[in-house]
Amino acid sequence: MTRYAGNVAAIRDLVRDQEVHRDVYVSEEVFQLEMEHMFPNSWVYVGHDSQVPNPGDYFGTTIGTQPILLVRHTDGTVKVLHNRCPHKGTRITSETCGNAGKFFRCPYHAWSFRTDGSLLAIPLKKGYENTGFEQSHAASGMAPVRHVRNYRGFVFAKINDGGLDFEEFFGDSLSSFDNMIDRSPVGQLKVAGGVLRYMHNCNWKMLVENQTDTCHPMVAHESSAGTVVEVWKKAPPGTKKPMAVEIIAPFMSPYEFFENMGIRIWDNGHGHTGVHHSIHSDYSAVPGYFEKMKAAYGEERAKAILGENRHNTVYFPNIMIKGPIQLLRHFKPIAANKTLVESWTFQLVDAPDMLLERTLMYNRLINAPTSIVGHDDLEMYERAQEGLHSNGNEWVNLQRLYSPDEAGQTNVAVNGTSEWPMRHQFRAWTKFMTMGM
Amino acid sequence: MSMVTDAQVKNAIPTDQDLIDFVVREARLIDQQRFDEWLDLYADDAFYWMPLEWNQTDPRLTCSLMYEDKLLLSIRVERLKGARTFSQKPKSRCHHVLQTPQVDSRDPAANNYVTWTPMHYIETRMDEQTLFAAWATHHLSVENGRLKIKLKRVDLINCDAAFGNIQLFM
Ligand code: FES
Ligand SMILES: [Fe+2]
Repeated sequence: MTRYAGNVAAIRDLVRDQEVHRDVYVSEEVFQLEMEHMFPNSWVYVGHDSQVPNPGDYFGTTIGTQPILLVRHTDGTVKVLHNRCPHKGTRITSETCGNAGKFFRCPYHAWSFRTDGSLLAIPLKKGYENTGFEQSHAASGMAPVRHVRNYRGFVFAKINDGGLDFEEFFGDSLSSFDNMIDRSPVGQLKVAGGVLRYMHNCNWKMLVENQTDTCHPMVAHESSAGTVVEVWKKAPPGTKKPMAVEIIAPFMSPYEFFENMGIRIWDNGHGHTGVHHSIHSDYSAVPGYFEKMKAAYGEERAKAILGENRHNTVYFPNIMIKGPIQLLRHFKPIAANKTLVESWTFQLVDAPDMLLERTLMYNRLINAPTSIVGHDDLEMYERAQEGLHSNGNEWVNLQRLYSPDEAGQTNVAVNGTSEWPMRHQFRAWTKFMTMGM
Repeated sequence: MSMVTDAQVKNAIPTDQDLIDFVVREARLIDQQRFDEWLDLYADDAFYWMPLEWNQTDPRLTCSLMYEDKLLLSIRVERLKGARTFSQKPKSRCHHVLQTPQVDSRDPAANNYVTWTPMHYIETRMDEQTLFAAWATHHLSVENGRLKIKLKRVDLINCDAAFGNIQLFM
């Protein structure tokens, strides 16, 4: 039975000022509509261009659940193509990433395509003469995603023609990317260290919301971060604080710490925690790094770049970045109750290796399927995914620090424990779900 | 004396059988959730390494699933006992099936012995049971008449797959 397809009013009714209906998390139909409307109407992260450095290099990923391909074209530009043969639909590449050479060749009947997707050749071409083939969809090759933007190495694409242009969609939020990239003395990042993949039996939005949920760390992470703090207390006085303790212990900071750190709200569901300080603020200095930054940017600017300690920046719909440790998490929807989380790490080009070492340590201690901190979070998401099936209450409460005049406001910094970012994500959700419906 | 105490190595130079017994005993202590005794098998400067990449050589500038020193291992063991460790309510259980460990190298002069053990590891929680296939490589040495682990490396056959929570030790 369909309830929501084509029914703008019913979709709008799922999101109230201070609460959302559980169907946004549990309904397969709502999930299908997100794939059909919300993701194609949004600028969605595809990958980083350092993943495809040379002509012919490709990287396969998804926008929503649609398979797509990031590829370096022969002219040096990056293209985003639907990863589907125009003949019978076969996925063109067999591995997630690789090099296609000068052209892609479909493994089924050997149609071949230039690296911008256009049709290059078909075996036994004669068989298509006088069939009107030129007018077919197939003749135009692998369909490109038309709206692609490479922002300082980070590639985004929008599948639908309607919707907002790139600048309108992201606005001031791109400052978080700028800060992460400027942390390299040469202003450049490179994907490095390998990708961590973590399967979650829950809705993708639970993960996105959690990125700005600052009322849970000291509760849910008592088991991991709390134990770190306790075990560390027993270390002989004078022991040097290990990097691992520096990374995990701040999750146990008190409510006050999170209240004061602040949250910034931008348009279209974007925003970040850590306006004034964050769990990344007190890492010890990496030898030689500041000197390099100073030489590259001058002392004042170097201090300004490194003084920014944004905790989690959410880019609606489904990525989060951590500038101070150069990490990007991609929340990939698979089904209403299934999400693949990919955690990508970046190397600051021309900066000391120890920074990458810390980034990787953070990733494996916090975001890995073998990580104790990650276990705490996943347990909560999965319990929520089950609990939402209770008919005792169909609504999820997002009321904390609500103010009736908040809806139109943007670029404001508010109390760090406000649920404003989540309300704001759902306002964007409704907007992009119903756009053009 | 119970079956699986950490037997003294009679001589400074362990026999192959000593090494094999040790590896088998380590797995048994995990299966029986005797984690404090298990932790005691590790040297103070030991590492437990589970690579993320096939044939990974670098634990520092390539991410791993786990690369834990003894402090982190002891934090995990403490956490498993915690009253608010919600992902362990109810608790996970696990089970090892080992092939006979093979002694890959023995170097008494350097006090360094390496074994290689193909294994299946099963972790369960609630109604879920997950099977992992792996190779465990133990780097061992004798300290004060006891074998100790310097490095345990666990290579999963599907190290790069997308996993749900893996909560105990392989
Ligand atoms: S399906 Fe690709 S060539 Fe036939
Ligand atoms: Fe968390």
